Amino acid sequence: MALNWIFRGGVPAPHRKNTAEAETSVIDVPEKVIIPMVQHIGAPCTPIVKQGDTVKVGQKIGDSEAYVSAPVHSSVSGTVTKIEPMLFAGGNKVMSVEITTDGRQEVYEGVLPPEIRNRDDFLKAIRDSGLVGLGGAGFPTHVKLNPPKDKTIDCLIINGAECEPYITSDYREMIENPSGIIEGIRIVLDYLNIPKAIVGIENNKPKAINLLKQLAEGDKRISVQSLRSRYPQGAEKTLIYSLTGRKVPSGKLPADVGCIVLNVNTVSFIAYYVKTGMPLVQKRVTVDGPVVNRPQNVMVPIGTSLQALFDFCGGFKSTPYKVLMGGPMMGIAQYSLETSVIKNTNAILAFDKKEGDLPSESACIRCGRCVEACPMNLLPLELNRLVLANRTDELDRYHILDCIECGSCSYACPSKRHLVQSIRIGKDAVRRLQANKN
Amino acid sequence: MENRLFVCSSPHLRDNATTQRLMLDVIIALLPATAAGIIFFGLRAALVIAVTVAASVLTEYLMRKGLKREQTISDLSAAVTGLLLALNFPPSIPLWIAIVGAVVAIALIKQLFGGLGQNFMNPALGARVILVVAWAKHMTAWTEPLVDAIASATPLSLLKSADGGYTYSYLDMFIGKIPGCIGETSALAILLGFLYLLIRKVISWHIPVIYTGTVAVLTWILGPDGIFTGDPLYHVLAGGLLLGAVFMATDYVTSPMTRKGQIIYALGCGVLTTLFRLYGNMPEGVSFAIVLMNVVTPLIDRHTIPVAFGGEKRVGQHN
Repeated sequence: MALNWIFRGGVPAPHRKNTAEAETSVIDVPEKVIIPMVQHIGAPCTPIVKQGDTVKVGQKIGDSEAYVSAPVHSSVSGTVTKIEPMLFAGGNKVMSVEITTDGRQEVYEGVLPPEIRNRDDFLKAIRDSGLVGLGGAGFPTHVKLNPPKDKTIDCLIINGAECEPYITSDYREMIENPSGIIEGIRIVLDYLNIPKAIVGIENNKPKAINLLKQLAEGDKRISVQSLRSRYPQGAEKTLIYSLTGRKVPSGKLPADVGCIVLNVNTVSFIAYYVKTGMPLVQKRVTVDGPVVNRPQNVMVPIGTSLQALFDFCGGFKSTPYKVLMGGPMMGIAQYSLETSVIKNTNAILAFDKKEGDLPSESACIRCGRCVEACPMNLLPLELNRLVLANRTDELDRYHILDCIECGSCSYACPSKRHLVQSIRIGKDAVRRLQANKN
Repeated sequence: MENRLFVCSSPHLRDNATTQRLMLDVIIALLPATAAGIIFFGLRAALVIAVTVAASVLTEYLMRKGLKREQTISDLSAAVTGLLLALNFPPSIPLWIAIVGAVVAIALIKQLFGGLGQNFMNPALGARVILVVAWAKHMTAWTEPLVDAIASATPLSLLKSADGGYTYSYLDMFIGKIPGCIGETSALAILLGFLYLLIRKVISWHIPVIYTGTVAVLTWILGPDGIFTGDPLYHVLAGGLLLGAVFMATDYVTSPMTRKGQIIYALGCGVLTTLFRLYGNMPEGVSFAIVLMNVVTPLIDRHTIPVAFGGEKRVGQHN
């Protein structure tokens, strides 16, 4: 096995993979789903259905002319009952389509395996499928798979690191559908003419590593590598570095070092879509956290409310204080259980006050633990100081825009300072300052 | 319940480390040196330690109260400062000077500059330097270990005296059976504390090892009888070098935050200490060296901003 490059910094976040060994269950079709028109990075979709329309599973209900966008499909069969801005996982309101289900889950007639003869057909099919990066950010996959012509891609990287505590939805895919992952990798390698693929998996998942290694044996192009279990191993820049030794330059993309990174779920969906033509309408979600009665992975239609999901998992042991969409290191806190599961939701976690409360800050003692923890080699304590003093013009000198917001600094801080939180504010201020200058 | 969920920005998970625990670790690491001081210099040393720590914590309490700030004595930083200050006193120091030292350290150097994390020099060392200048006689009145109050000379003051003969064995210096400040004489006890701090990952080895190493190499080169005639081991074991290198130079607040900066800083401490010891008026130079490097720390930090992952040095970084 090739040696990994070791990225600096990071933190030994606890694993807490409580749901790792249980089979994924399938939720009963909820009474209604709320499907937002923006579930990706890029232009929002416009609804193409009207109130009162009947829709079926896999039917397109929203699309956009823009290139950087991904269409949205109905995850259920039923009737469109409302089209208006509704509460979104980001905390804002987003144009959404509410569908009241009929429970029959009839499949839309237009759902047919795509005809793919060449690269262009393939990219079009990926766009039609509504696929976005399922690992977290939700960037439209067809854009990712089509880097600028001057960039030669020589390595497809498959992210199975899953370094966030609690989350096991990628792990379950690797255990339950490993052949789908390998199949998807082959499809991407073939159509995009990429010579090799590396699957990176943290070494706390030996079963998944072995399974995928066995399946990849026949194909010389695909290698499976065990990675050190250290947060944020699965962040794009640290993952590429760990597997190839290449450093994505500041402000650049993986394609600039010849890589495309796809999550294991993303790549296995590609295989599924090519075979069935069923767009991205359901998602495996890890439901966990100390106040959840029956933590488990659940396959849910996109648009299912958090409330319905928690109900399916036996409700709460005690009143939840904080609910997260995503992992505890980078997840987004939800203020209502009305929000719905979207394409890139990989976990829903519920915490009590003890674990969910924001610790109060004390003075920075300059111990340097944040500096040690920063995988991007930044000085979080200095950034924090400058942001709090409103010295926006000095932030660039400390490379603030290179922050990947992994939260390692805040995690490591003994004074419980809200480091990455302030850095987010600083990044925003710097971007606005730069926009004003131009 | 619906709209009462608590919302804040990620991360939602924090490490167990706390400021209080770090300070407690420093206190634990100082226990061997404290015990050695009491063994060699008797109950008088214990009294000095108790009075200095109490005065430091009380000063912190009163200052925070007076400045109408939240109480911070529970973070244990004042206790650490008090203990370090006491370990830097000669055993025979008048108690009122010890109290003045505690007030100077906590009130003047720490709280008036904003409290924990804001002081520009190590409070204990800063106070010690002021006391040495103000009451030189009391601050350099040494006693023989294990005997009651006999005027004596430290290993370093012997070097400066006319005859310059060595009278202390390496073994006595290693164990700590030599005159000196309460907590500085026993290299053994200090090294035990160093080991503890390393195991608990409170500090890294860089500053203590580079600082001590620099002094060793330089005192060896700049020997009394020409180049490479010095006695590096004597210089490492004598005086406050080990206590300073392990517990004072590594003070988070007043040392640089990057590894590169820490190396520059430790080298600076070593060079200055050697120069003060060999060519200065006073036999010892550790306190002055560290305090001077404390003052230079912001400058070092400014010029050692690391290059970001995959990044290049910003143009005009040194503006």
